[in-house]
Amino acid sequence: MSALVEIRDLHVRRGERSVLEVSSLDVQRGEVLALVGPNGAGKTTLLLVLARLLEPEAGKIVFDQRPLSQWNALEYRRKTSFVFQTPLLLDMTVAENVALGLKFRRVKKDQIPARVDHWLAQFGITSLAKRRAAELSGGEAQRVSLARAFVLDPQLLLLDEPFSSLDPSARAKLFGDLTALLAADHRTVMIVTHNLKDASKLGDRVAVMVGGRLRQVGSPSQIKSRPADEEVAAFLMDLPHIED
Amino acid sequence: MSIDPEILQITVLSLQVSVTATLLSLLLGLPLGTLLALGRFPGRSFLMSLVNTGMGLPPVVVGLFVAMMLWRSGPLGDFHLIYTPAAIVIAQIVIAFPVVTGLTAAALQALDPGLRLQLLGLGASRVQMIWMLWREARLPLLAGLMAGFGSVISEIGASMMVGGNIRYQTRVLTTAIVLETSKGEFNNAIGLAVLLLIITFLVNWGLTWIQQKGAKR
Repeated sequence: MSALVEIRDLHVRRGERSVLEVSSLDVQRGEVLALVGPNGAGKTTLLLVLARLLEPEAGKIVFDQRPLSQWNALEYRRKTSFVFQTPLLLDMTVAENVALGLKFRRVKKDQIPARVDHWLAQFGITSLAKRRAAELSGGEAQRVSLARAFVLDPQLLLLDEPFSSLDPSARAKLFGDLTALLAADHRTVMIVTHNLKDASKLGDRVAVMVGGRLRQVGSPSQIKSRPADEEVAAFLMDLPHIED
Repeated sequence: MSIDPEILQITVLSLQVSVTATLLSLLLGLPLGTLLALGRFPGRSFLMSLVNTGMGLPPVVVGLFVAMMLWRSGPLGDFHLIYTPAAIVIAQIVIAFPVVTGLTAAALQALDPGLRLQLLGLGASRVQMIWMLWREARLPLLAGLMAGFGSVISEIGASMMVGGNIRYQTRVLTTAIVLETSKGEFNNAIGLAVLLLIITFLVNWGLTWIQQKGAKR
């Protein structure tokens, strides 16, 4: 089966500085690819480019066998869904927040409640449906943000460090729930995390990024046993104990 | 109790003129304020400075320039608008438009900048994204509308200069108060002043009610 996303010679610059360089990366259909790397590695930039929220200076991206340039921007964005580090909920109820993307897509009104209810249940927040977004804890808000992305049934789901703003207890619970959901869902997902240990649990494969460049893609054990270069090795050494 | 027909006519005209000017300012100011807040284009800072300066424009200066434009020998003289209610509306738009524009831009800039990307990342079109941002900033946007209305219902210089304070034609509450005061008819002036305060209060009460209803939702 062909890859859902094919990236070749991608370059993003900020002023004179190169902030992202990916010579080649394929994301297979149904695969969860975890992006790891230190701060400033270009992980979020890569997701923003793939969500068409940031235009690259050069390079070619093919999505579902069509070059990105041939996709209408809105049509393409509606094939994807993006979850940011902070939940960024709107001043409305939880159910209304989750329904937002469906309304943008003009999904029939009578179909919306069932889809919203399903994903509220999947993330264990059914009881919060009528609660205002401002009344939620950080963990609850991030669950709403994830439900709001999953309900759209995107071909490509882009998750940018969804646990980073949570306290350890909320983080551990959400991590467990999301890992189980991703394993059962068979959706194409790119998820950013700082931590190789998390990446190895969440992802089928791991992509290591350092200094704005994609350095290595492989299984966690491959990366641990044969780091591609000194900078990847140095990044791995800074991490807590890595479980295969 | 009966209401003096002349006072009723002045009150209705005041409301008509100021509400029309405020709504037209909203129609122009909301898109421009949004463009200033969200757009990135050359001259944006300069335009923002102009709008901010315009928020403090003295009404007499506005009256002077609008009168020059509408004067019979002026560039828009052929429209015969000077000393008509339309002239007052134009002058009041010049006063309220920068207020609505500036406060719209400030309200939208106060939102989390990530919200725009998040809405687009959920599949919003540009129009849907802007609509949701307006919804999210509805409380400060309504405050901007109230400030715009307040700036025109209470102004006198421009209305006097371009309207001429003509009885039954262009006399509004503020110009009527000035006239009664100049004649030494303080009781009449105080009555009109109280009426102006009541009208201003009622309109702002209505807008505040809408605003706070939005806050509780």
